[in-house]
Amino acid sequence: MLQDKDRIFTNLYGDYGFDLSSAKQRGDWKDTKSLIEKGKDWIINEVKVSELRGRGGAGFPTGMKWSFAPKKDANSSRPHYLVINADESEPGTCKDRDILRFEPQKLIEGCLIAAFAVSANVCYVYIRGEYIAESKILQKAIDEAYANSLIGKNASGTGFDFDMFIHMGAGAYICGEETALLESIEGNKGQPRLKPPFPALVGLYGCPTIVNNVETIAVVPTILRRSGKWFAGFGRPRNTGTKIFCISGNVNNPCNVEEEMGVPLKDLIEKHAGGVIGGWDNLQAVIPGGSSMPILSKAICDTIKMDFDALVEAKSGLGTAGIVVIDKSQDIVKVIARIARFYKHESCGQCTPCREGSGWMWRMLVRIQKGEAEIAELDMLMDVTKQIEGHTICAFGEGSSWPVQGLLRHFRTEIEERLNFKNKKIA
Amino acid sequence: MSGKHVEANQPDKFEFNNESLKKIETILKKYPTERKKSAVMPLLDLAQRQHDNWIPLAAIKKIGEILEVPYIKVYEVATFYTMYNLAPTGKYFVQVCTTSPCAIRGSDKIVNLCKKYISEKESHLSKDGKSSWLEVECLGACVSAPMMQINDDFYEDLDEQSAVKIFEGIKNDTLPKPGSQKGRKGFEPNKRLTLVKN
Amino acid sequence: MPKVKVDGIDIEVPQGSTVLQACEAAGKEIPRFCYHERLSIAGNCRMCLVEMEKSPKPVASCAMPVMDGQVIYTNTEMVKKARQGVMEFLLINHPLDCPICDQGGECDLQDQSMKYGVDKSRYVLNKRSVKEKYMGPLIKTVMTRCIHCTRCIRFAEEIAGVPEIGAINRGENMEITTYLEKTLDSELSANVIDLCPVGALTSKPYAFEARPWELTKTESIDVMDAVGSNIRVDTKGWEVKRILPRINIDINEEWISDKSRYACDGLSVNRIDAPYIRVNGRLQSCDWIEAFNFISKNIKKFSGDNAFGIVGDLVDVETMYIFKKFFNDILSSNNIEFRQSKYYLDASNKTNYLFNVPIAKIDESDLIILVGANPRLEATIVNARIRKAQINNKAKVFSLGDVGDLTYNYENLGSKLSILKDIANNSHKLSALIKSAKKPMFIIGESALQIEIGEYVLETVKKILKQNNLLGKNWNALNILHQNASSVGALYLNLLSNNTNVLDKINDSNPKLIYLLGADKVKINSKNNFIIYQGTHGGSNSKIADVVLPGAAYTEKDGLFVNLEGRVQEAKKATFTVGNAKDDWKIIKALSDALGNPIDFNTHSILREHLFKDFPIFKHFDVLPNSSAEQLTFKNVSDVNGDIKLNSFDYYATNIIAANSKTMDECRKAKLILKKTATEN
Repeated sequence: MLQDKDRIFTNLYGDYGFDLSSAKQRGDWKDTKSLIEKGKDWIINEVKVSELRGRGGAGFPTGMKWSFAPKKDANSSRPHYLVINADESEPGTCKDRDILRFEPQKLIEGCLIAAFAVSANVCYVYIRGEYIAESKILQKAIDEAYANSLIGKNASGTGFDFDMFIHMGAGAYICGEETALLESIEGNKGQPRLKPPFPALVGLYGCPTIVNNVETIAVVPTILRRSGKWFAGFGRPRNTGTKIFCISGNVNNPCNVEEEMGVPLKDLIEKHAGGVIGGWDNLQAVIPGGSSMPILSKAICDTIKMDFDALVEAKSGLGTAGIVVIDKSQDIVKVIARIARFYKHESCGQCTPCREGSGWMWRMLVRIQKGEAEIAELDMLMDVTKQIEGHTICAFGEGSSWPVQGLLRHFRTEIEERLNFKNKKIA
Repeated sequence: MSGKHVEANQPDKFEFNNESLKKIETILKKYPTERKKSAVMPLLDLAQRQHDNWIPLAAIKKIGEILEVPYIKVYEVATFYTMYNLAPTGKYFVQVCTTSPCAIRGSDKIVNLCKKYISEKESHLSKDGKSSWLEVECLGACVSAPMMQINDDFYEDLDEQSAVKIFEGIKNDTLPKPGSQKGRKGFEPNKRLTLVKN
Repeated sequence: MPKVKVDGIDIEVPQGSTVLQACEAAGKEIPRFCYHERLSIAGNCRMCLVEMEKSPKPVASCAMPVMDGQVIYTNTEMVKKARQGVMEFLLINHPLDCPICDQGGECDLQDQSMKYGVDKSRYVLNKRSVKEKYMGPLIKTVMTRCIHCTRCIRFAEEIAGVPEIGAINRGENMEITTYLEKTLDSELSANVIDLCPVGALTSKPYAFEARPWELTKTESIDVMDAVGSNIRVDTKGWEVKRILPRINIDINEEWISDKSRYACDGLSVNRIDAPYIRVNGRLQSCDWIEAFNFISKNIKKFSGDNAFGIVGDLVDVETMYIFKKFFNDILSSNNIEFRQSKYYLDASNKTNYLFNVPIAKIDESDLIILVGANPRLEATIVNARIRKAQINNKAKVFSLGDVGDLTYNYENLGSKLSILKDIANNSHKLSALIKSAKKPMFIIGESALQIEIGEYVLETVKKILKQNNLLGKNWNALNILHQNASSVGALYLNLLSNNTNVLDKINDSNPKLIYLLGADKVKINSKNNFIIYQGTHGGSNSKIADVVLPGAAYTEKDGLFVNLEGRVQEAKKATFTVGNAKDDWKIIKALSDALGNPIDFNTHSILREHLFKDFPIFKHFDVLPNSSAEQLTFKNVSDVNGDIKLNSFDYYATNIIAANSKTMDECRKAKLILKKTATEN
């Protein structure tokens, strides 16, 4: 178990104030100037050494992403932008919310450092529209940081000018996709862009833009203070550091907790979340990384360690580390059907497979849930998921089809039994 | 399921009031001058706040004029994002999350209470015209499921008992304090293992 | 140039190409719905997926830039599966209503479904239904059929410059609509019908009229303006059912204006179907012999000085040529004029009256100055090119004269003539702009050539251009925007009088012969005059005529037309003349016979031979004329003060065919409603 001394988010539970002086007491903004003065290359290198991978779901190495930012041409009038993805909308995930409301200064400081590293003088924080209270807190924190010259002109005395603005979403899961998010900031519908070009070259307003998740950026100051090596010391190579896990669903004490990468799932559920309701044996399945990630059967949950690579091996993914625990009282088909309905509702409608396929999957799952479907439809459903996956503009296609594939992978026998029973009854 | 419901009975005119106009100035400062379009979303929000929690078509036109954006583009945005209401919602707009993490923890009970206390159907004003409710997708408070949002505020860690209290509160304008209805500050576990306050 | 391999074929394509273009260059057909050469890339239909080496997923070829060394496959199992999958998704919510869909037979979805789809649907659930949207009198919507390719949205925004179509809601509830279901405020609106790959947007006037395979298709030239858009005339039996654009990248690309497309229903209304003669003050129908006898009897008293011919706006070159011959040789008159109102033209050199920048090169221009011209209404296709110049080339546009909304940004300089003088004297801000511009253009409209000011305007603009060396062979910045299809042909034939004095003379009190060749806009005094009207439709001038001779409309005869660039093009006979009407040249030939002085053009081809001998310029079809800018002469003109006033211009009734079109009338009404509602709120 991660020790308190190694926690980055020491105010994860809101025990202390979010105000600047409380944050400073917790160590935020300590010698930020000297960190920045070590230079871009040092910062990016330290982040590379830490092996920090994006905390938003895709797990892209952060240091590498930053190094994609083109060198800023002194003659070019094209600004660079840093955009923070705080559109936390993945069902099962509510970690960024806690950073916004309890640790906003960590985020702001991280933004300044990251912006410096990628030569961006402006940062937009895109907060999901429903996080109104959180956005007010972050705005207060930003105002305080401005008032104390931590950001703004000559931010923290570094000679670097840095402005930070909040842009509120208005209810669209897809805006968590980075290019949809940029479209949304530009005042458009949140429809993902075609890639290439990638945002690092052509992003917000057509300018080079680095988009990072809240948690990714908020851990950066601590990484720099305590060294990349320190961060890399948790977990295993390529799967390093500490991570906030959200444990929801059928557990006794749903909670968020910062833990070491690679912590056993069972430990998270048993030790932190008070165990599965009705005991471990009452566990039916777990969604390990937000709704897009395929479910894990109990057998896998018994031993699985929570990191990127282990979960990929288990044909799932760490995603946002939003763990949804499903006990045996739940109709697993209904749970996944509800997720499919979510994706149908949130599809932006731009490209064909997702627009047409997400509704079809949901409707088939409802038929299956009610026992109305023929067994042959299970193959058809699998087929449809495969026709969506990999054929869409953005990763939403994977996000919507993986959970269904996970269901069919682990629960096909149960589902067939259900359909057989129903079909027999009709006969 | 279909697209957004647009109120049939539309006001002829919409003007931003002085307070909103001041806010518009601040909003526009956030974006590069030639990128006024970025302010479409904040202005839709502003219009909604000014106009009893829903956006009339006249406001869409107004925003288009202010930001020099074609009306259809503003309209597209207003219909794309779920938080823009294009029809009246009442003073209390209740949104119940029913996505899986909430569903697992009994959000259907909250939905039933909505039907009982507000109106049988979604997006229909209650008899007293004060409130309406809607099933919504994940609001990002899964660890405190089930939950609902009333206007700007989250009501979390609900059970039937606390929800009833809230619905009663809607009736007589005495809503309980937002946040966890079980007294949690954040998403801390009931039994703390770490970071216990000294 | 990057080299790529497509299905094992090595191919080199220009930098900046897409994988789709590379595949096409390699001769591979790539199915697509959303991709369109002339629109921005949307990449949303996912039909064009191909396999690319090193990419685990298939890639959308329309959006993937070509990179050196790419290895592409268009025929693998992965590609086949991907296409089948996308086809299936497109069809699950697409109604099976092909038997009642006007797109049937020319539907991309049908065709591609046959080629790339599977034979039956696995979708057993209810299909989505979408409410129809009102998009005006031209576009019929059946939105349930929409596959959300967004071509219509992109066309309206990018080409037409009226961002009024959008996709509202999201996911499977996404719907295409105009804002609050208003008519599209564009003269190019109906092109979305051609762009729509399915039957969601179809032609309202053509609804349920015919199946594509029943139609006879004739490639022809449009005459609704002086642009000479290339069209295809589709007929069923004798009736013109519809007109579609034909691709000509030098002129109209693949767009035509709404008038070019839809005025054709005016062809079957109010037609003159027999000769008429005035007996006891009333016109009565008769046969041709009677009509010619009547003319012979009546014209003997008029000498050459008293014989006048006015040529209308839709007349083909051959008819104008024989008309000229008839006047010169038989009536011994040269009182012929093609201008029906008084405006100035200088026919001494082609540069003086042509649109000297090729239409296809307008988008290379970086500075465009409109002088009394409203290209949006007078030459819609030219306007789309100007818009393209602004979008692609950031061209600045200025206007002398208030022309209203042009669908792009421009600065109104005011309407004072003195502005031209200031520019010429280097005392206007434009003077410097013209100097620094690489390819500036002046576009002079007929409104700026009004007889009192025309010469001054033309010569002053020439002076400005001469100062800046802009009258060269490679870039000749002087452009006259003619409004009528017959104008440049008539100029080539020199059918004009000095300062339009013919128009003054026809209204003096001397008795005279006036022969109106489809001229229905010129104001004529019927007192004491013997008036022959030859044309297609009943109108104010046929009413006052003493003899009415029924002619052929542009779809009913082979005829040459010269567009505003000076390009000779051939319109083709697509259907027959109505009733007793005849080809116009034949009427004049027959009349010469009846007058005992036959013109010996016995066939159309003999007529053309003579035409080509007398005026070799007509010999070369579809090419731009040689520049004659070197021989251009300049006049010193004294200053004229005043304003450039834009002539009132009813786009939907600029000629007699359009004026008789029910569809054009509906468009005008729809536009009035649009204007009215636009001022509310």
